[in-house]
Amino acid sequence: MGYHLNFNLIWRHFDKLWGGLILSLELAVLSIAIGIVIGLVLATWYVSAGRVARAVIGAYVEFIRNVPLILLVYLVFYGLPKALNLAYDAPTSFVATLSIYSGAYLVEVFRSGLEAVPRGQLDAGKAIGLTPWQRFFHVRLPTMIRITLPALSNTFISLFKDTSVASVIAVPELTYGAQWINFNTFRIVEVYLVVTAMYLVTGYGLLFALRLVERRFRVR
Amino acid sequence: MIQSTQGGAATHAPLLAIEGLTKSFGKVEVLRSVDLGVAKGEVVTVIGPSGSGKTTLLRCVNFLETYDSGSIRIDGREVGYKDAGGRVRRGERELAGIRADTGMVFQSFNLFPHLTAAENVMLGLRKVRGKSKAEARAAAEHWLSRVGLGHKADSLPGELSGGQQQRVGIARAVAMEPKILLLDEITSALDPELVGEVLEVVRSLAAEGMTMLMVTHEIAFARDASHRIVFMADGKVAAAGPPSEVLAAASHNQRLGAFLARFRASHF
Ligand SMILES: Nc1ncnc2c1ncn2[C@@H]1O[C@H](COP(=O)(O)OP(=O)(O)O)[C@@H](O)[C@H]1O
Ligand SMILES: [Mg+2]
Repeated sequence: MGYHLNFNLIWRHFDKLWGGLILSLELAVLSIAIGIVIGLVLATWYVSAGRVARAVIGAYVEFIRNVPLILLVYLVFYGLPKALNLAYDAPTSFVATLSIYSGAYLVEVFRSGLEAVPRGQLDAGKAIGLTPWQRFFHVRLPTMIRITLPALSNTFISLFKDTSVASVIAVPELTYGAQWINFNTFRIVEVYLVVTAMYLVTGYGLLFALRLVERRFRVR
Repeated sequence: MIQSTQGGAATHAPLLAIEGLTKSFGKVEVLRSVDLGVAKGEVVTVIGPSGSGKTTLLRCVNFLETYDSGSIRIDGREVGYKDAGGRVRRGERELAGIRADTGMVFQSFNLFPHLTAAENVMLGLRKVRGKSKAEARAAAEHWLSRVGLGHKADSLPGELSGGQQQRVGIARAVAMEPKILLLDEITSALDPELVGEVLEVVRSLAAEGMTMLMVTHEIAFARDASHRIVFMADGKVAAAGPPSEVLAAASHNQRLGAFLARFRASHF
């Protein structure tokens, strides 16, 4: 006996998926925004820091990169509030986790980007009399951003997919919406087909848009 | 032809005075007590074999490299260090101010790749000289026209030929109205057919009285455009004087003779 696909129940609850997709995007955008700040600050610090600071930043990066994201999500949502006597809701907890997570990856991206800025450009900045901060903002940073843009796009796409992990702490993003519909309609194949398509289309759409941005900012 | 300022220079303190300059990279002594003066309006060319310390010397003058001992004074003021109960490195702001008065043009152009030709010239004018956007733009257009690139003001470096990029590099340096211009083998990275357009710009700046200390392997150009030639070997000044004298000394200075022999065939 074959399984008959029936999408009617999916469409009836489609607002759950649509709302979930929007929330997923919001979580990804917020997290990468905060992650970029973390990454920039730590990478900038790293390239000019002494051995101790480098070791501390290195330890953060290594820790985050070697612990599964889902574990970090549990730690921050269930562990930290108990340990530190804090209170926050699940979406806040997840954004904090994903920010710290993406920050660790972006430190590496930005650090290698900063180190890839040709020495000669920095010399030229010195030679016209720019101060260290002016050299950083007007010479090093703009070139570094252009160098790292492709890696930044890839990180963002990954983060968008990683938002599905938020379903484990009941954040009503796209994957959680899919689970809800499955529990309530038992149309497991249909709902995951639709949701997979939604992740794919959104992911490719983002990638296409970001590649356009990269091309706009590419310098030879 | 440019008139020599040799006679006048002797009575005044030179604009740039380098005395007993030494510099090591680790164990390697790259500059070994270099003495060199450049008078206001004078064009001095440094020649010498690769590795003799020419680039290092120029980079010390605007403190892109630190130096170990000796002194470098511009208008009587020590470049990298001050005397504060011992030899103390100047603060970054002070160094930035000193560097702003010392223009530099690099072998590899080193333009800011994300900025247009005009923006490359404007950056220092705006951030260091404090000019308004309109003033800086006007100055940039003026200097780009001077180097024959008025029509390329809004091009990115990547859209320009090597010769054009180097002329933007020159415009960026001279727009700051430096007291002295340092030029380090500025045509060495160019295709031969693009060398002439860049040297022409240098020649016209010299004719207008710009003080210059340059390194070049274009011996014929050095002979025609400089007041003095300094031959460096092994981190020392091995010969110095008016071009005719230095180039003639090749007959009794073996190292200089050997160095120049490489150029004879093509340039003389
Ligand atoms: N940053 C550096 N670190 C170590 N050695 C250097 C550095 N820069 C230059 N040197 C060495 O100093 C010597 C002089 O170099 P340089 O001033 O570039 O000579 P030139 O410009 O006459 O070819 C060379 O032996 C070179 O290898
Ligand atoms: Mg050199």
